[in-house]
Amino acid sequence: MTENISYIRDHFLEAEKPPAANSSAFAWIRNNLFSTWKDAVLTILAVAALVYYVPKAVNWLFISAVWTGADRTACLTVDQGGQLESGWNGACWAYVNDRFVQFMFGSYPRDELWRPLLVAAMFVALLVPLLIPKVPRKGLNALLLLVVFPIVSFFLLIGGFGLRHVETSLWGGLMVTLIISFVGIVVSLPAGILLALGRRSSMPIMKTASIFFIELIRGVPLITVLFMASVLLPLFLTPGNNIDKFLRALIGVSIFASAYMAEVIRGGLQAIPKGQYEAADALGLNYFHKMTFIVLPQAIKLVIPGIVNTFIGMFKDTSLVTIISMYDLLGIVKASFGDSGWITPVTPLTGLIFAGFVFWIFCFGMSRYSAFVERRLDTSHKR
Amino acid sequence: MAKKIVTALVGAAVLGLGATAAQADTLSDVKAKGFVQCGVNGSNLAGFGAQDSAGNWSGLDVDLCKAVAAAVFGDATKVKYTPLSAKDRFPALQSGEIDILARNTTWSISRDSQLGFDFRAVNYYDGQGFMVKKELGVKSALELSGASICVQSGTTTELNLADYFRANNMDFKPVVFEAQDEADAAYNAGRCDAYTTDASGLYSIRLKMANPDDHMVLPEIISKEPLGPAVRQNDSKWFDVVSWSHYAMVAAEEFGITQANVEEKKKSDNPDIKRFLGEEADSTIGADLGLPKDWAVQIIKAVGNYGESFERNVGEGSPLKIARGLNALWTKGGLQYAPPIR
Repeated sequence: MTENISYIRDHFLEAEKPPAANSSAFAWIRNNLFSTWKDAVLTILAVAALVYYVPKAVNWLFISAVWTGADRTACLTVDQGGQLESGWNGACWAYVNDRFVQFMFGSYPRDELWRPLLVAAMFVALLVPLLIPKVPRKGLNALLLLVVFPIVSFFLLIGGFGLRHVETSLWGGLMVTLIISFVGIVVSLPAGILLALGRRSSMPIMKTASIFFIELIRGVPLITVLFMASVLLPLFLTPGNNIDKFLRALIGVSIFASAYMAEVIRGGLQAIPKGQYEAADALGLNYFHKMTFIVLPQAIKLVIPGIVNTFIGMFKDTSLVTIISMYDLLGIVKASFGDSGWITPVTPLTGLIFAGFVFWIFCFGMSRYSAFVERRLDTSHKR
Repeated sequence: MAKKIVTALVGAAVLGLGATAAQADTLSDVKAKGFVQCGVNGSNLAGFGAQDSAGNWSGLDVDLCKAVAAAVFGDATKVKYTPLSAKDRFPALQSGEIDILARNTTWSISRDSQLGFDFRAVNYYDGQGFMVKKELGVKSALELSGASICVQSGTTTELNLADYFRANNMDFKPVVFEAQDEADAAYNAGRCDAYTTDASGLYSIRLKMANPDDHMVLPEIISKEPLGPAVRQNDSKWFDVVSWSHYAMVAAEEFGITQANVEEKKKSDNPDIKRFLGEEADSTIGADLGLPKDWAVQIIKAVGNYGESFERNVGEGSPLKIARGLNALWTKGGLQYAPPIR
């Protein structure tokens, strides 16, 4: 039975498009960039600055830059003894190109470079699956990365089992930066958790020891500890009985990161409501189970930004090892400024921009991954 | 865990104290370990010690390390380099981390006595100088009254500067920087009228300038900075080896022996040259130093004579183009003088 009742609408009207004044690109610009006269002034200033500086920067970095060359004369103007026309100013990527291997590996023997490269390949091969949530066998993967990988790479890098011994004073560049950060991160997270639990423990000795350690380490600048380890420690030891400088740096950075990590994690522990602890107690869980199943998963999730912040800070703090004559990425870039084969007015700036860019890639990568993990674990505190 | 390692190592070191105490025979130690550990300038002074992109070290100080290795082992590659900052260098030598400190270090009485080092050979006579912009029209440091001067803080340079201006009744405005790089950059940017540091440093900063021809180095040298290798005191055998390695290079230049002609010169009839090169049958010069007979030949083959080393690293053969000046042989108006080799 189909009655044609004309006054009853039998279909919905299409939604009207919003007025053009509210939805077009023009409207977006008006609403976001020119909504008040103050906004308009700021926008104009910002655009003017961009228009002024961006082409200059692009020109300096890429267009005028020198990409190939064998020595300093490639990046010098005629007045300075080179071939470029006078008044030239641009980046000297030829120098970074020439020094690239050194910036990555320091003085590591060139015929043994396959060893750090293999370590890097293993690191990527183990880290990437660990970071992608869908890949199975996380436990095995973590075991390989955190236990097997450090042992294997230790022998690969330093030698042994038929491999030539390469002392740590020859290590340098990005390799040193990454090794120190990796060790710092791997040591500091568990050590920080233990210290944080120790500090909140009801056992007086544990508690005092943890507080003493954390406050002592946090109260001294890292640079002081490294300097003391490098300058004072050898004076107490007999000649020839020195602790390896690299080991000193690793220990220094690790205990530092642990102390800071402990406080970050304690912040998370304190944010967990008392009810969670009591509920776990009521279920009859022991301390270990209570912490690993109830408290820590929630606490760590809360402080991911703080943890990553500590990691990023530590990654950049590795530059301080220059003070004990270990050359990390920044140190080795700076050291290369003294090479009379490459001194030009533009090489220092080029080298620093390169080092800054490499640091930025790693730090930005860490920060994006932490944002991803936060979103993934965001189950209860979403706003 | 980390703490335990330190404790264990400190403990081991203290135990080791008894076994190795009161030994000061670096030459034997060096021979036993098979290489010379040399503390050098890792970064900021071009021409004295720097690494090239392949990781090879070169420089005037580095050549001295190579010369010592060549004298001891007949092989200039048996050197391990420890790049050191100005702060680290003395503890590194005191603690035995390095065998020689060849890091453009000024020989002064307090370093010789108080710090417990020995200096003798001087491989570069330096002195503090001034650089100014040509447009100022200044021709002498005595005309610098009232100028603003860029200087690195905490150095003898800063003190020398104040002394010099006070001694000559002049005013100046110091513009002080923590690091050499910053002082360089500030002068380049025109923040001061003049810049002062050791003359060798002035040559290397010229290379970093956009318009090096707009600047000139003033003739006055206001301080004495004899730079030379240092070793721990009370170790005269090693001290002799290091000093004579330098003097051998100077003597070779005096005799006109070069890297290229050393084999020919061995056949020379000149008794001095024959003695020097170990060609005299009953000569014990090498053995008395605790070195092989042909130690001087090995040094010259490895790094050449002093003049060759100078020209290659800081002189006309390098971008620095420093004139010999005080570092010419004594016969040519300089100060480089080798004691007689007999």
